[in-house]
Amino acid sequence: MKGSVMRVKRCKGFRDLAPEEMSKFRQIEIAFRDCCLRWGYREVRTPTLEYLYLFTATGTLTPGRLNRVYSFLDWDGWSGERVVLRPDGTIPVARLYIDSMAEQGLAKLFYVTNVFAFEETGQESREGWQGGAELIGVNSAIADVELLALALDVLQSLGLEDIKVRLSHAGLVRAILAELELGPGEQMRIFDQLLDGDTEVLSRLKPDKPELVEALTVLLGMKGKPSGFLKNVKALFSQKLPELESPLDNFIAITDLVQALGYDCQIDLASGKGFEYYTGVIFHLFIGEENIGGGGRYDALISLMGEKDTPAAGFALYLDRLMKLVKPEASAEPMPKRILVRVAPEVMKEGFSIASHLREVGYVTELALGGEEAASYDFILEVQSKPPRFVLSDKVGGKKSRVESIAGVLDLLGCG
Amino acid sequence: MPIKIALPKGSLLAETTAILERAGWGLSDYREGARSYRLSSQRFPNLGAKMFHEKDIPIQVAVGNYDLGICGLDWVEELLVKYPSSALVKVRDLGYDQGALYMAAARSDGVANVGELATKWDIIRIASEYPNLAELFAAHARLRRFSIYPLWGAAEAYPPESADLALLPMKTGGEILNHGLVPISKVLDFSAWLIVNRYSLKAKDMAEILSSITDNLPPAEKNPSSLEGMKMPEVTGLPFVREVPDDVVRLALPDGHQQAHVRRILDQAGIHIDDYPSAVGNRRPTSSLDGVLIKVIRPQDMPLQVANGNFDLAITGRDWLTEHQYQFPSSPVAELLDLKYGRVRIVAVISQDALVDDIDGLRGLSNESQVPYRVASEYINIADKYARSNHLGMYRVIPTWGASEAFLPEDADLLIENTETGRTIARHNLKIIDTLFTSTACLIGSTISVASSVKGERISSLLKMLGDAVEAI
Repeated sequence: MKGSVMRVKRCKGFRDLAPEEMSKFRQIEIAFRDCCLRWGYREVRTPTLEYLYLFTATGTLTPGRLNRVYSFLDWDGWSGERVVLRPDGTIPVARLYIDSMAEQGLAKLFYVTNVFAFEETGQESREGWQGGAELIGVNSAIADVELLALALDVLQSLGLEDIKVRLSHAGLVRAILAELELGPGEQMRIFDQLLDGDTEVLSRLKPDKPELVEALTVLLGMKGKPSGFLKNVKALFSQKLPELESPLDNFIAITDLVQALGYDCQIDLASGKGFEYYTGVIFHLFIGEENIGGGGRYDALISLMGEKDTPAAGFALYLDRLMKLVKPEASAEPMPKRILVRVAPEVMKEGFSIASHLREVGYVTELALGGEEAASYDFILEVQSKPPRFVLSDKVGGKKSRVESIAGVLDLLGCG
Repeated sequence: MPIKIALPKGSLLAETTAILERAGWGLSDYREGARSYRLSSQRFPNLGAKMFHEKDIPIQVAVGNYDLGICGLDWVEELLVKYPSSALVKVRDLGYDQGALYMAAARSDGVANVGELATKWDIIRIASEYPNLAELFAAHARLRRFSIYPLWGAAEAYPPESADLALLPMKTGGEILNHGLVPISKVLDFSAWLIVNRYSLKAKDMAEILSSITDNLPPAEKNPSSLEGMKMPEVTGLPFVREVPDDVVRLALPDGHQQAHVRRILDQAGIHIDDYPSAVGNRRPTSSLDGVLIKVIRPQDMPLQVANGNFDLAITGRDWLTEHQYQFPSSPVAELLDLKYGRVRIVAVISQDALVDDIDGLRGLSNESQVPYRVASEYINIADKYARSNHLGMYRVIPTWGASEAFLPEDADLLIENTETGRTIARHNLKIIDTLFTSTACLIGSTISVASSVKGERISSLLKMLGDAVEAI
């Protein structure tokens, strides 16, 4: 358009992945997929768009999160039914399980997907990428620890070190909050604030039973190595507060196994952010201060969606954050050799033909279009209309060879 | 640097006038029904003021057309809950015109509190002029599944048959009780507020203007907006029922200026109707039609209400049907009968001073524009489709609530507007560059109801009666 000055910009809060970044993304994605496949998990994909009520129906996402979803009325929206850009990876997989897999009981599933959440400043990305795994249909400490071990396996295969595991337990936190005997509205409000990451909320409480609150808030605020700690807590509280016993026993069984496997972990009960639909153990993974993933047990989710009671647990790794930490691949396999093919206009058909043969035998083969950097290729092949029909220059050895047939070229390259 | 303020028409006008008079602004002609919407101040020569519908003011300040604005906090919050990072800043509670937004349910439904709703699996339907606040409420109440019906008005008429809840403003407390509703939750206290554009606040010296307002506020009243302590008068004799028998045809008739026309057609058809138009705001008139339930709502809201199954038939304009169909192409609503009154053209309008005369010229202008090209309209989907189909450049549709002709040229570049004679447009120094379509009043209906075995016959006989009446007039 003449005189057009329209500048087209990238949408605020979203990012591009240029080739180098994309290659890093794939490196992480491939490591994640390979690990999951080796552990016997199968890949699934769910739609980008879901009905909003999928995420409201379970009543588990906090208002704070629901207010940040990208929801709108689509072309079918005349009934008032809103749709939403997937804000969470787990809930759609649970829906898929109910839709088509509920009969089979146990399911081990994984996915790589984008999730969307509005972020006011536009400085942080509003589209995040996750690699997640869900283990549906079984409830045991072994299952919980398997998920943690799988997540750590992925991170280790990416060469990441100094991974910190922080453990909490939603069942235990809920039991503690229940002991505070707040009104139902108050309890929900505090729980929501904990979920939204406000760990100070408890210190602002002014309830009726100050001495109990003090003990419980101390418990919620404690951080430390699990060995001994949880058992001490049990010894202190279980007689007075029998409701704490069952979640504590579960938590102890899990932490015992985690420690037996030699993983470096810490208890941090108030690390609540993101445990909205969780009912049991929760783990967060950190490298330095960066939270790179997390997961836990969500036994109530599937029954809240109207299906029969089905235990489940899962985790997700935040791929965007991992991209900042993973070093570019020191590739174990040799990179394929690259050939630039310069073709005379009259013999274009032969040019395409030889290029296709070369790709078949494993060479990255490009037709010269103009603008290529000759130095970045291992070989240059001239395709001419008169003999010699093919001239192959070996950039490393500086040698030029002339042959008359495609078979001859392949022979020169040692793959005839 | 010139400073611009958006001032409200309507219920806030009297009190706002009083403050600005005390402040000695010396505003030209700030009154209801003023001939010009543009006002100047004797005290502040560099201040330009314009009168808007209250609902337009937060948007105008947020997009930066105005530095300052005065309007109710209800409309400010309605914008901010959806667009928290907008450039709109609330700076001062002006204290007058207090009220509160309440979520209300039909008394006959017996809903006592919000917690009860959160346990339901059915879709909770919420009707409101404040769709964003209604959605916020639904999230906080953790409703499992909900539909929000955004309305132009008359939300109080919806529960219980057409909605489960209505989010309504109350200033006296009596408003909703007359409609058989009962408040179940307060959503927001509001009063008139002074609002500012964030960038203006940083860049412009408005100190003298701001202090002239804040120094002359009325004495703080005791906030009466909490209705919890207020004694609710007992309301009886409003037996609105939720369930309507399957074979009953539900007909929506328009409120506002169309009523006389509709009444004439009904009279001609020999249909007797009581209390329509109603002097007391009755929205449920009775008629001589057997098996037809009538409710009076805004014509703008009808297509959506027919689509979602709340009504089988409705009398509205083709403009509003088209607006709906552009937004929802698969909607089961169709025009059944042209009622042939209320003829208007839907036109594209620009300033008389613009150097182009047609849409091709406009496309050039919009594509060369360094800033977003502003398309203002009551019909946001018609306007959007027009701009899109004509390949306008980086354009934005700005929703308006009436008197759109006052937006050009300073607050919009193109209007999509209806006109009967074109005289108002000419009087505002504007010109029509394109006619999109012609609209008349029409009877619209749900294609599902028309095809239904229990209602179809009743609908077609009503259609015949009305058709004959239109021909006879």
